[in-house]
Amino acid sequence: MNPWMTYLIWPLIKFSIAFIAVQALVAAMNWIERRLLGFFQARLGPNRVGPWGLGQIIADPIKFLLKEDFVPARAEKVAYYLGPILPLLPSFIVFCLIPFGPPPTFAVTNNINVGLLLIFALTSTAVYGIILGGWASNNKFSLMGGLRSAAQMVSYEVPLGLSIVGVLMLTQSLELEEIVRYQEMNSWNVFPQLVACFIFIVAMNAENNRTPFDLPEAESELVAGFHTEYSAMKFAFYMLGEYSLMIVNSCLAVTLFFGGWSLGMGGIGFTTEVMQKMGWVGGLIGTGIFVTKMMLFLFMYIWFRATFPRFRFDQLMDLGWKFLIPLALANIFVTGIVLLAFPSRLYGDTVIAVGEIMLTVIGMIVIALTLVLLFKPKRPKVINASRVSEA
Amino acid sequence: MFDVHEMEVNFGPQHPSTHGVLRVILKVDGERIIDAKPVIGYLHRGTEKLFEHMNYPQCVPHTDRMDYVAAATNNLGFVEAVEKLMGITAQIPKRAQLLRVILSELQRISSHLLWLATHAIDIGAMTPFFYTFREREQVLDFFEAYCGARLTLNCMRIGGMPEDVPAGWLEDIQEFIDRFDVAIDEYENLLTNNRIWKRRTVGIGVLSPEEAIEWGITGPPLRGSGVNWDLRRALPYECYPELDFEVPLGKNGDTYDRYLVRMEEMRQCRRIIQQCIPLIRQTPAGDIKAKISRVIRPPEGEVYHSIESPKGELGYYIVSDGKSQNAYRCHVRPPSFVNLQALPAMAKGHLISDLVALIGTIDIVLGEVDR
Repeated sequence: MNPWMTYLIWPLIKFSIAFIAVQALVAAMNWIERRLLGFFQARLGPNRVGPWGLGQIIADPIKFLLKEDFVPARAEKVAYYLGPILPLLPSFIVFCLIPFGPPPTFAVTNNINVGLLLIFALTSTAVYGIILGGWASNNKFSLMGGLRSAAQMVSYEVPLGLSIVGVLMLTQSLELEEIVRYQEMNSWNVFPQLVACFIFIVAMNAENNRTPFDLPEAESELVAGFHTEYSAMKFAFYMLGEYSLMIVNSCLAVTLFFGGWSLGMGGIGFTTEVMQKMGWVGGLIGTGIFVTKMMLFLFMYIWFRATFPRFRFDQLMDLGWKFLIPLALANIFVTGIVLLAFPSRLYGDTVIAVGEIMLTVIGMIVIALTLVLLFKPKRPKVINASRVSEA
Repeated sequence: MFDVHEMEVNFGPQHPSTHGVLRVILKVDGERIIDAKPVIGYLHRGTEKLFEHMNYPQCVPHTDRMDYVAAATNNLGFVEAVEKLMGITAQIPKRAQLLRVILSELQRISSHLLWLATHAIDIGAMTPFFYTFREREQVLDFFEAYCGARLTLNCMRIGGMPEDVPAGWLEDIQEFIDRFDVAIDEYENLLTNNRIWKRRTVGIGVLSPEEAIEWGITGPPLRGSGVNWDLRRALPYECYPELDFEVPLGKNGDTYDRYLVRMEEMRQCRRIIQQCIPLIRQTPAGDIKAKISRVIRPPEGEVYHSIESPKGELGYYIVSDGKSQNAYRCHVRPPSFVNLQALPAMAKGHLISDLVALIGTIDIVLGEVDR
């Protein structure tokens, strides 16, 4: 094929598709979040514009575009303008690296062999926009929000990075496609790497500044944190960046721990081979499965927001440094020991990875026990009417 | 070796969690509060001075506007003070007394619900806000059914009550009260055993019983420190002595205990109303006013009368010259104002995030602080 086509035209087309898809999803997320929060909170949420309030998806961007674009008097102009743009860029680039479906179809750039490292490198640059914006807007609340976010995002990069080491030890690859294929042939990484999965989900919430870790923009403490002085489209850019990163992180969680586009384990079920045999229909189905799983994670973000109060800053740091990082290190240690002590053996003519199976079984038992404890039927509470003496 | 950079932050008056127009000038080192200085007066309307230029019945609607989320108890304090000055306290009919108790306990519920909503949202829990407003809305509906207003009630008169019980009102309240326990359980499910909620409130802004008394703190913050002082029991008024209820007390005097005290107080309010409903059915309909002259001109003298408002001791000091229909001097002892004094002492050494929890836990209403 013409190298121009391979290296320029196709990637551009694919990138445009990804770009538009992300934009649309972010806009839709705004509506989904408000609507779901409404249902969580015994109210309706936006339901006036269009059927079920769907017109809100378009109405909100229009509102942002038409509002006054205000720049505070003594702001550092360059940094102030740069702030909202910086977090957007990495999230869009990262979208090109995530495999949405089985190989020949939907990944924008084919197989980068250090894919995971590249993604982490890119997403961790998002914090600069927030620091710059907080510092440049010449407002003490913004500055504090920016500083909080700097400390928070840097601290939580560490457990986030450490939590995936266990996954890498199992899959022996940094390629996202390889990681998914490993999971469909063995088991979803959430089982053998349960602890890592927990750390990843907590840390990704903190990375995105979402409740209960939304300290940089804690509206009851710092007015609006780093984006206090931002209005109109600049504010919308911050929101775009935040929601794109939420989507990116959900995609990563799905890819690393929940089997990516596949719906099967141990080589049985809806695996890549099955999809590839079905042609483009299989590709679409794979993408559908991926998006569904991703939406479940986005739902989880919203659920957290509706449920939890906010951490205090020092408690947040304690949780990161004194709990998550040691836990992540312990997880790496235990995973390593188990994998070394129980190496794969040949039984007959099949290779059985004893250590991995042990980890998987333990993970499954823990999950089952947790579910049982969570959904144990509670004794119904009876209102004690006799406590009230009829005078 | 390290420079300590103090930064001065103006927390308010335009800030989402100062509950109105409180301004706190903060000296912070990083996020740690070195000094907090509350600045008040942004909502000063000269209410006390206004009282000197109006006759007594005209004052009642102005009391609504002090603690504007608890108008009924403000009315109650004022009319009782004037009644005490006139010496007609004993003539108030039973039905009127019971109505007053029901209204002020409903008011306590609605005030505490609003407190819980804002306190939770200050600490970052968003959902309790909507849950509590669901019930608060119903309580406001009862006020509307009784006197037509939802917030500034003006629902009491010197010598009695303006209206008799509306038809079906008691049945509606009974139905609400039956469901209300479950609603409180719902709020507590979200917060009471929540690890993050506990971390944000346990050990924050501790007031020992001695300190609390020295600062003159009253109401739930005082009882959170374990001091058994509830004016409904200590200096009883209306028909509270006949009613059976408990005064919940805290142990540690921290934000969490004050939270627990207010939650239990709501359950006790429910219990009080539960007892009042059969009692009010036994009293003759229409017997809601004492027989007093239309022109209210109390004899010469002075009076201080205080009641337990949702926020603490609400006292009215009235001086009458015996000749005019106006008070010679009227002073209000607002619980929010006195409780707010302790804020700097409570906030020192905590973080900015704790300051919003503290402002929430002392439950101030700026209309009452500034008057």
